[in-house]
Amino acid sequence: MSEASAAPAAELAPRSHRAPLAILVALVLVAPWVVYPVFVMKALCFALFACAFNLLLGYAGLLSFGHALFFGAASYATAHAALEWGWRPELCLVFGAAVAAVLGLATGLVAIRRQGIYFAMITLALAQMFFFFSLRAEFTGGENGIQGVPRGMMFGFLDLSRTYVMYYVVAAIFLLGFAILHRTVHSPFGQVLTAIRENEPRAISLGYKVNQYKLIAFVLSAGLAGLAGGTKALVFQLASLTDVHWNTSGEVILMTLIGGLGTIFGPIAGAVFMAALENYLAQLGSWVTVTEGAIFVFCVIAFRRGMFGELSRLLKRPL
Amino acid sequence: MLRSALAVLAALAASPAAHADFTGKTIKIGVLNDQSGLYADLAGPGSVLAAKMAVEEMGGKIGDTPIEVVFADHQNKPDIGSNIVRQWIDVDGVDVIVDVPTSSVALAVSAVVKEKNKVFLASGPGSSDLTGKACSPNTVHWTYDTYALAHTTGQAEVAAGGKSWFFLTADYAFGQALERDTTAVVKAAGGEVLGGVKHPLNTTDFSSFLLQAQSSKAQVIGLANAGGDTINSIKAASEFGIVKGGQKLAGLLVFVTDIHALGLQTAQGLLLSESFYWDRDAKTRAWSKKWSEKMGGKKPSMVQAGVYASVLHYLKALKALKSDADGKAVVDEMKKLHTDDTLFGKGVIRADGRKIHPMYLYEVKKPADSKGEWDLYKLVKEIPGDQAFRPEKEGNCSLIAGSTPAPAAAPAAPAAAPAAKPDAGSAK
Amino acid sequence: MLAVPIQALFGQLLIGLINGSFYALLSLGLAIIFGLLNVVNFAHGALYMLGAFVAWFLAEKAGVGYWGALILAPLAVGLFGAVIERLLLRRLAGLDPLYGLLLTFGIALILQGLFSNWFGSSGMPYEMPSALQGGRALPFMFLPNYRLWVIAVSLVVCLGTWAITERTRLGSWLRAATENAALVSAFGINVPRMITITYGLGVALAALAGVLAAPIYRVSPLMGADLIIVVFAVVVIGGMGSILGSIITGFSLGILEGLTKVFYPEASNTVIFVVMAIVLLVRPAGLFGKQA
Repeated sequence: MSEASAAPAAELAPRSHRAPLAILVALVLVAPWVVYPVFVMKALCFALFACAFNLLLGYAGLLSFGHALFFGAASYATAHAALEWGWRPELCLVFGAAVAAVLGLATGLVAIRRQGIYFAMITLALAQMFFFFSLRAEFTGGENGIQGVPRGMMFGFLDLSRTYVMYYVVAAIFLLGFAILHRTVHSPFGQVLTAIRENEPRAISLGYKVNQYKLIAFVLSAGLAGLAGGTKALVFQLASLTDVHWNTSGEVILMTLIGGLGTIFGPIAGAVFMAALENYLAQLGSWVTVTEGAIFVFCVIAFRRGMFGELSRLLKRPL
Repeated sequence: MLRSALAVLAALAASPAAHADFTGKTIKIGVLNDQSGLYADLAGPGSVLAAKMAVEEMGGKIGDTPIEVVFADHQNKPDIGSNIVRQWIDVDGVDVIVDVPTSSVALAVSAVVKEKNKVFLASGPGSSDLTGKACSPNTVHWTYDTYALAHTTGQAEVAAGGKSWFFLTADYAFGQALERDTTAVVKAAGGEVLGGVKHPLNTTDFSSFLLQAQSSKAQVIGLANAGGDTINSIKAASEFGIVKGGQKLAGLLVFVTDIHALGLQTAQGLLLSESFYWDRDAKTRAWSKKWSEKMGGKKPSMVQAGVYASVLHYLKALKALKSDADGKAVVDEMKKLHTDDTLFGKGVIRADGRKIHPMYLYEVKKPADSKGEWDLYKLVKEIPGDQAFRPEKEGNCSLIAGSTPAPAAAPAAPAAAPAAKPDAGSAK
Repeated sequence: MLAVPIQALFGQLLIGLINGSFYALLSLGLAIIFGLLNVVNFAHGALYMLGAFVAWFLAEKAGVGYWGALILAPLAVGLFGAVIERLLLRRLAGLDPLYGLLLTFGIALILQGLFSNWFGSSGMPYEMPSALQGGRALPFMFLPNYRLWVIAVSLVVCLGTWAITERTRLGSWLRAATENAALVSAFGINVPRMITITYGLGVALAALAGVLAAPIYRVSPLMGADLIIVVFAVVVIGGMGSILGSIITGFSLGILEGLTKVFYPEASNTVIFVVMAIVLLVRPAGLFGKQA
């Protein structure tokens, strides 16, 4: 625990996380018996996506406006592997995440050479190009997407076509991804990322190879976003253009913001909130758009820390 | 707002108990369409109203079982659509899914409905794959499809002397299918295709593409696109004097709501196909008047009319069957009963799920000939259903015995050259 | 498609220039706002839509025609923008630009949602003024008079705005406030009011573009929804906050897009992003921006 001396808060943080972590695991385990399981699976996929995104924006201070690229590319890759090559689901998911990570490496190499709003714009531009590619490419099925993706037998014995089996696999994937992110954020690596966010020139002057750190964070974030995207493709048996559209990139920003930027639990809450909004207000038609807009405005004006940011302030402990 | 919040809470609280046997207590009709986006006018709330009118006509219940209509917005996204349908069927006990414009969403919904053995009455989507290679024993495709549109408009244009064509095609599978089907018809009827441009979806400015169409000197410019793209192409064509210059426009998928939005000044002379027009006869006028009173004076589109007619026929089948538990059985019953309603007349549903009724070729009126805001079309020709729709055997639907098995090259290659395609156009 | 005759190419270039006029007007407003407020105004597309709707309203409900709308609609939308700035945007001063972007994105969603509810989505027809109907036959194409008018208005307004910022005292204050607001207010200039005016002006430019677009595109709630991201790309390519940069880039990207429509039409919506990525890598501050 060498980082403890450098940042005492870091050592404190995991301890204060014990209770919320236990609550999170309990909620994830119990949820499908209380709420419609497919909905919870969707929420968990987006939660993982938002957490991965938060690693960049919340901890490294990098606003990627093209994260749908990784989410969507992985969902295409996973769906294609499952449908056309007949791979086992675990291999499909690994393949999807790997594709996303490789794309993340390529995008990251280009984008991290710039800062701030320019970084955001480059990621947006690359994501738009990928959208174009997805629209044109043969294997993505154009605007129909890849439909009828088989869920298959995970490890050869877990029948994913059964809802509750699928659910607990998704839950395990989510918790695994969350654990990786949690560990990363509270490792020396995470401390350096935060230092870069707070003051990049100082981090450079302290001898850190800032760009390497950023790149690793970017690839990790892309890979986990990809894992989320691939899982979603299996759950809904569908990979479509929605996943690579810039709206998805916008939504993940919103989720992170509502939940609380730079809080470890916040993006989860934000993702669940957004998914619920989309699901349960579907009857309201275009009022959904109005409601979403109003939430944006409200959050930015009066609720800038987000749910967990405010909560953490009230409880006076980092969340 | 408060109400919906309560509804959310109720839904959250009630969901675990809701899994079982709703089927016996109410008949639930789920209208799934675009409530807020591009297709909200031609489907949207108007479709919900149409479904309710069908329910009303059946007395609101069958035997002692009340009928209920719910609706949702799929935002034209397949994942949202299939998610809503799953939830409707698993949690809310919805028995039948209705409408679903946007082919990509409809294909996804069809798969879910088949898996859950419920019923899907497609009115909004155009893809002829729904009764072709993606056909399902649980799906009835009611109002129109790309093949019928291509045939009706394409054949009529060539017959009227429009021998050479140029296509403006929306660059996605639906637009390509329209172009492919129409190309086949045009060639079969002795016409030729001089060229085409594929434009991205949701293009605002079409003037550049129209100039290309103009310099091709084709007699007919076929618009293989939909919604806002079609509207903007027609507007630009009028502005750039394309029609005045002697070239004709053929809208391959245009709805009455689009023409209304364009105005007659711009759209006059356009040829298009529909299976329903509100002002066709006394019966359609009477029904449309009733609909219109609740929709602020608008008139129904063929999609909305199709929702009414398909729901009505579905309820008739339930009445005969006295059960809605087995979706496939309900669809079989619907196929057995002959259809008869005030809007589409007498018809049948084929084994592949295709509803057969006449298609109509209309021409958009000149402003001087129009007697009101919604007096938009002049009937040119009626095409009998058996000629308008694709012959059963050519669709490669697995439900059809003896249908030609798909040749290895045929599936999923829409982007290839639009020239010779084995699966379409061999009608003549 | 390869053997495009030279004459047809002229036509396409001209059309590209027309589309560029819209890009220039919109990106000019966006650039002015970014320059002074440091806010990426994601509501720009929605306000462009609002401008077209106000024009439609004026025609339907008040009998005010196109020429009146050309003045009144930008004025009304500009006032609306000033109110938004006073009530909402002002509270975000000094924060990360991200928040301004999110706030305006929210406003755009609200506006689009409300108008979809009220008017449906297929849109309304808007009559072209009779004086601008018809067109002239050029040797290589038929050019509608209205399009010519669009180019003219756009050029005059763009150059006028540029002249104001470069040549007048108000403009010099504006540029100074962009550099150092605290210093400018120390000179006794009311910077908050200047910010409000600037936002209103930028937004009014969007509304003007909306009115110009009303007769040729459809007046519909979603007409600006996808535009913002393209226009934003234009501003980035031109150099954030650079007024002349955004004008020149607007016109030239319109032309580039027009050429793409001839040679590779499928990519015409994407070409701008390709250019943006390249420009950002080679000249991160944009073509006309000051290098940081």
